[in-house]
Amino acid sequence: MNRRLLIFAIILEAILIVSCERITPRVPADDQILDGPIDGLSSAEKTRFLAGDVAFNDEIFTRETGLGSVFVATSCGSCHAGDGKGTLFTTLTRFGQTDETGNKFLHLGGPQLQNRAIPGYTPESIPAGATFSRFTPPSNTGLGFIELVSDEDILAMADPSDLDKDGISGVPNYGALPSFINALPNAIPKNGKYIHRFGKKAAAYSLLHQTVNAYSQDIGISSAFAPKDVYSGQEIDPEISNLTINNVVFYLQTLKAPIQRDQNDTQVQRGKQTFIDLGCQGCHKQTLKTSLSPIAALSNKTFHPYTDLLLHDMGSGLDDGYTEGSAKTSEWRTPPLWGLGLSPNSQGGQYFLMHDGRARSIEQAIQMHGGEAGASRDRFKKLAQGEQADLIKFLKSL
Amino acid sequence: MKKQLFSLYLLFFCQVLYGQTDTSFFFTRVKQDSSKLKLNMDAVYNRPFLQMGKLPVSLGGYLEANSSYFSTDGISDGLSFQLPRLTMFMSASIRQRIKFMTEIEFEEGGREINIEFAALDLEFNPLFNLRGGVIMNPIGSFNQNHDGPKWEFVSRPVSSTTIIPSTWSNVGFGVFGKYSRKDWVWAYEAYLSNGFDDNIINNNQNRTWFPASKANGDRFEESFNGVPLKTVKMAVKHRKVAEIGLSWMGGVYNKFKDDGIILDKKRQLNFIALDINSTILKDTYLNGEWVWAYVDVPDTYIQQFGNRQQGGFLDIVQPIKKGKMLGWSESVLNVALRLEYADYNVGNFQELGLRIADHMYALVPAISFRPSAQTVIRANYRYERHTDLLRNPASQTAGFQFGFSTYF
Repeated sequence: MNRRLLIFAIILEAILIVSCERITPRVPADDQILDGPIDGLSSAEKTRFLAGDVAFNDEIFTRETGLGSVFVATSCGSCHAGDGKGTLFTTLTRFGQTDETGNKFLHLGGPQLQNRAIPGYTPESIPAGATFSRFTPPSNTGLGFIELVSDEDILAMADPSDLDKDGISGVPNYGALPSFINALPNAIPKNGKYIHRFGKKAAAYSLLHQTVNAYSQDIGISSAFAPKDVYSGQEIDPEISNLTINNVVFYLQTLKAPIQRDQNDTQVQRGKQTFIDLGCQGCHKQTLKTSLSPIAALSNKTFHPYTDLLLHDMGSGLDDGYTEGSAKTSEWRTPPLWGLGLSPNSQGGQYFLMHDGRARSIEQAIQMHGGEAGASRDRFKKLAQGEQADLIKFLKSL
Repeated sequence: MKKQLFSLYLLFFCQVLYGQTDTSFFFTRVKQDSSKLKLNMDAVYNRPFLQMGKLPVSLGGYLEANSSYFSTDGISDGLSFQLPRLTMFMSASIRQRIKFMTEIEFEEGGREINIEFAALDLEFNPLFNLRGGVIMNPIGSFNQNHDGPKWEFVSRPVSSTTIIPSTWSNVGFGVFGKYSRKDWVWAYEAYLSNGFDDNIINNNQNRTWFPASKANGDRFEESFNGVPLKTVKMAVKHRKVAEIGLSWMGGVYNKFKDDGIILDKKRQLNFIALDINSTILKDTYLNGEWVWAYVDVPDTYIQQFGNRQQGGFLDIVQPIKKGKMLGWSESVLNVALRLEYADYNVGNFQELGLRIADHMYALVPAISFRPSAQTVIRANYRYERHTDLLRNPASQTAGFQFGFSTYF
């Protein structure tokens, strides 16, 4: 019996060792997740990507490491679970600007409301008379590609006077550069202002600009780039190193683009044709290309974000009376549609779409389009139920 | 002279060698008296000690070592080996009815050294005794009864280490007592001690995290806020049925006043724990614990730091063979199963109205072999599902653990 027991134990151990990788959870398919680096990074770049990943997803700020005193979230990952879209839980509220002349409430805590505070402090509230809008955090994926679309290509998609008479104009958001940002060599400025492209209103010039603002306005972390404390308004010592910020920027630049699923599915293919027929591509441009980048894996690539990075008038229904940069209050930057089908994976199994998460399904989101997108919306309404289903399936495949 | 010294040394060395192979030469193992009605709260003294001659000092300790292979969502860091803890304890009868006991733990290969227990007991009456020093707060059962060799699983229960931050010990004083009659015993413990601090809602776990207070070594020197942590436990046991314990631990965790200046209101935390163990169907051992924790988190803080937590575990251990195995005469082979759950944020989102998740559960089938009561060799498979705050698709972790734990 003892010998049998010994043999049993040895066999059991051997089975366990051999089967370790077989009876542990499998890696999800690459097209089912948003995180992960782009292909073709060097070893050094992968190391830097991992450093940025840790800073972005694992670094939780505390009172001792600079959180607040007023803030919205305690880490980058709090707003972008799995690098996907956020929910109403971490929605950002911006207030105080109604036109291109700038924010009139900066002295009262604008542009962003810090609605939470560490114990002993009082969170901000929206000042009387200030209009505001709520912004749901976007997904992070493929941002490095978007950053590298040349100004020339963006301007080629713009049609401010609607010369082609398709009802869609599209204008870039021009803004001044903060002192810590250097304009890209191929930038095409206008009256000393530069084309911005990130954010719901396209009010951030680059990923560095966006990252520095997020650390400051979302978490209350001062840096050498933005040394003012959001609570006191006074300049304080940096609470994060330039290296960490640069690593996070690198991480955002090198996160892979979402991978489309079910491309060969006939319903998806029909839906894609319907997308084109409805004129959605007028703003949600399927294909863009990158320019030259120091990161070889990003240089001169064609990619499919379904955006033109331009501002469009979306009608009175989406006009919150608040804006940023040179955008009008009813103008919103075309959001990339890639990754749309994976949104529920970071939004608690649900959809929170449009700029503030007001749309709880893709159908609702389409029906909330107005202004320049009104004609496409009306064409969608007239589709047969099956055709609508085709379109939705296509959008969910992105 | 040199030869004599050498002979003496050789004689001593041989005796040491002999002593190492037969502990009875220097030490005698103090056998546990199983005729007494022992409770979880007696665990600190209910250990195998080694005693040298008739000296009033007993020594002991235990060691745990294990290896593990885990994968989370298909990504594994491979096989690793750990020495989670080496614990040494010593007790001394200073005088009749005056006892001292200490437990010193070296964790993670000596990176952390903690005095988990160092208390003086003054015995007046079975129903009334005093204890003071570094005490283990009697909340739940695991916190006091945590010795590795007593458990059939490699890892400690999650709820007992992340909600109740076992081993949770503090400087304090209190009373304890026991009353027994026939098969029944009733016992109590009540202590005042130093307690938690506001790191429980200011930590790098991004959730209310009670173990964060363990990092504050100052709690062995002074209270964080001057308000003692109160811990009370009552337990009742019937020898043939079960032991049930009910415990409460409560206090203030924040610094509401500093240098005479009021900073905030007093923010309370409370734990209520229920523990039970029983042997059913002749030799099937059940052991479980459930804890509810309540914390007054400021409304203006972020909801990631929840104001309610709950969790627990149930261990089922079934001996499948007892007797002589592999040359050990009193060995036991067990199969076991642990079910465990921890919810770190019970409540709803203010913004969404939906239930907050942030919970985990685990299923741990195990097999253990005890060549003697003091030593356990154990292996288990462990499957965990962690759901984040927003109820996004759960991350899955699974893997194997193998190790041993032994008193010495």
